[in-house]
Amino acid sequence: MIVVTSGKGGVGKTTTVANIGTGLALRHKKVVMIDADIGLRNLDVVMGLENRIIYDLVDVAEKTCRSVHKALIKDKRLSNLFLLPAAQTRNKDAISPEQMVAIVDELKEEFDYILVDCPAGIERGFDNAVAAATEAIVVTTPEVSAVRDADRIIGLLQDKEIYDPVLILNRLRPDMVRKGDMMDVDDINDILAIKLLGIVPDDEEIIISTNKGEPAVLNNHSKAGEAFRNIVRRMEGEEVPFMSVNGEPGLFGRFLKLLNGK
Amino acid sequence: MFRDETPSKNQAVERLRLILVHDRAKVSTGLLEQLRGEIINAISKYVEIEEENIEIELNATESKAELVANIPVVKVRRAVE
Repeated sequence: MIVVTSGKGGVGKTTTVANIGTGLALRHKKVVMIDADIGLRNLDVVMGLENRIIYDLVDVAEKTCRSVHKALIKDKRLSNLFLLPAAQTRNKDAISPEQMVAIVDELKEEFDYILVDCPAGIERGFDNAVAAATEAIVVTTPEVSAVRDADRIIGLLQDKEIYDPVLILNRLRPDMVRKGDMMDVDDINDILAIKLLGIVPDDEEIIISTNKGEPAVLNNHSKAGEAFRNIVRRMEGEEVPFMSVNGEPGLFGRFLKLLNGK
Repeated sequence: MFRDETPSKNQAVERLRLILVHDRAKVSTGLLEQLRGEIINAISKYVEIEEENIEIELNATESKAELVANIPVVKVRRAVE
């Protein structure tokens, strides 16, 4: 079970979960995505599944619906991809970390991947989302505030005995990196010192795909979609070179060497 | 291209470095306590100190972070223990 987290809000956790989940399903993995952001659910909208919700995570925890399977929504494009939506009218206290563990336990026999979309913040919602996690993906953007929060989250994950989180650097703008107005991958790796899973360039296609409710990973013309496809391949154990974002092919090669040398 | 100021990303990196010195020291419970214990052990080999009056602080200014230790010395030992 993999939790996708960031500390700071608005850095792209939900988009990341939607794209990785869809990307893994495209590779014929059986995937369930759990929206743990109770009260502010969004993963349903990003996936374009908002009209299909009958039961939600809280219904499952409170056993309002007979089994967890009753609450799973099948994706409209891929039959091996499912969503367990968050409740919209409750708050983070509506479920406990123990209930979350029980739900994940029930799902893990059946699914190759369980992805949890963690709410922003470090309170109860974070505890719930992380409770059953064995691995974590930390999403950040190249901004001081987001990187600071990511560092805090990496510390909190350690407290929960998740020692090897991996990093997705989201919304990188190559033009700004070239001008020296944006931190690049090397800067952020220096600071956070965790393994890099992927770099996702800033891409208008993400907004367009969210408008439509179709994850960008399905779009072969989207740069961000390509980045997410690469991330999925790396999760599946393939070695995929990092996308060159600043036109210096040597840079990411060096970075890879650095990683492998660890 | 003709800007004389440093690129803004350098400021970002430098500010983050200072912020995280503080964040990590505060968050990691026991880090400063453990450091204090080890400093006392190391220094006590050479000088006798007033352990109860030791002050160890992590200070940050605009441009740097520093670890400041104020350690009152009672006497210097004749030979290293």
